[in-house]
Amino acid sequence: MSDVYIVGVDMIRFGRFPDRTVPNLAAEAALLALDDAGLTIKDMQALFCGNLGQARGMIGQRMLAEIGQTGIPVTNVANACATGATAFRDGWMSIKAGVYDLVLAVGVEQMGKGLLGGGEGVSTEGVIGSGTMPAMFSHIGMEHTRMYGTTFAQFARVSVKNHWHSTMNPKSMYRKETPLQEVMAAEMIAYPNTKLMCSVNVDGSAAAVLASEKKVKQLGLMDRAVRVRASELSSNPFAERQLAMPDFSAATRLAAKNAYEQAGIGPQDINLVELHDCFATAEIVHYENLGLCADGDAGKLIDSGDTQLGGRVPVNVSGGLLSKGHPLGATGIANIYEVSTHLRGAAGERQVEGARLGLTHVVGGGPGMGSACAIHVLEKV
Amino acid sequence: MGDVSGGVPPIVPFLHRDGAKPYLGGSRCEACGHVFVGERSVCAKCAARDKMKAVRLAETGKLYVYTVVKRSFPGVAVPFVDAIVDLDDGSHLKGTLEGVEPDPDHIKFNMRVKVAYREAQPVNSGGKPYLTYYFVPA
Repeated sequence: MSDVYIVGVDMIRFGRFPDRTVPNLAAEAALLALDDAGLTIKDMQALFCGNLGQARGMIGQRMLAEIGQTGIPVTNVANACATGATAFRDGWMSIKAGVYDLVLAVGVEQMGKGLLGGGEGVSTEGVIGSGTMPAMFSHIGMEHTRMYGTTFAQFARVSVKNHWHSTMNPKSMYRKETPLQEVMAAEMIAYPNTKLMCSVNVDGSAAAVLASEKKVKQLGLMDRAVRVRASELSSNPFAERQLAMPDFSAATRLAAKNAYEQAGIGPQDINLVELHDCFATAEIVHYENLGLCADGDAGKLIDSGDTQLGGRVPVNVSGGLLSKGHPLGATGIANIYEVSTHLRGAAGERQVEGARLGLTHVVGGGPGMGSACAIHVLEKV
Repeated sequence: MGDVSGGVPPIVPFLHRDGAKPYLGGSRCEACGHVFVGERSVCAKCAARDKMKAVRLAETGKLYVYTVVKRSFPGVAVPFVDAIVDLDDGSHLKGTLEGVEPDPDHIKFNMRVKVAYREAQPVNSGGKPYLTYYFVPA
């Protein structure tokens, strides 16, 4: 089976674009990624398009109507917060299988402000606990507190770090430093997550062009290429409390184990990570789920500074979902853009020096739904 | 809020009545022993089929984790304590914990709680009451 490479990758600056359409946002990222590769839509053999909010809306076909209807096969993908990464992985699999040599993967989302969910109909909210995302991820943080004594300030430090990182990323929604006191004194949404410890609901899109080794050589693109060393996807294996509190750790641990195995490396070999910091509490538990530290040491890891730019293994140097923003279907490919940019040595002020191997992680789901986790390991060529 | 004597509908499908007395329905897998909230025919843990036995869930347990919800969907009264409780039969149940200060300094992991029942008017119900359960300190 051929190695698979990223030869073009880009994203739009995340923001709020209520006057644009989802296909139009997707088209912008697609053209940026094609330009990055020096290719056109006429070169693409297939499109894999990830979007959650309009999953029945044929977003891929409508995007092609904006950039060129070449008649290529389109697969529209929806898989919670792993939507974009799943579209990318479907493209990767199609090349691995030898069906195509050059494909386009796009992730896109247009979102409202405020809490996800709610809506019409009789709700159990408040009557039987809460179904909000902040409450769900606060339980996960409190489980870490229960087991290891992790403090409110340690969770809050994740937000301080990621907001600082975003000041160096021109594609981030917010680019503002938030000192610890400000993070902890912000409006409490669901203890211990304050407003500044919740990801930002924004609109956005990101895209990647994937190619087989033969094609990369034929096109002379190896100097721009990033090798995909591992692509893994998992669903939530059975977890003891899954009916009461959705589990994102078991799915992440399973995908991480398989990804390290596929890449033939261990977590100690990774130079930077973009992980799913949908809430500050989530980043802490994923340090352990991804093997960046031993179980129980995540609080110490954030305190040590090892996961900030300049540290042992910088995490979310893009600003993460907390500051760059979290357009659900776009996030998975935006993470891949970030890591690829560092591997290419093109990340400017926030460059992780000497980065050779990077990992991207997204995991999503909801109460009573289960979860989806995608992990990619990318390597400098 | 009110008593539970009326025939108001349950807010979740696993909440039942035996005469006037409400109870929580569950399933125990006779192959692996896991106790699930609600009725099911296949075990999600061990994949056994036709081994699920309908049971009534325990009404006492201990607090596993919680959060104090300060912001929720429009119309929902805050703050409230959203709790995950390990019931004494090994099942796990989410619910609102009442009878405690909605403040992390006043809530202890592993505190004993019990299940209580009442009628409540959820948001978007147009004032119509539903039978529900909640937790109180035991």
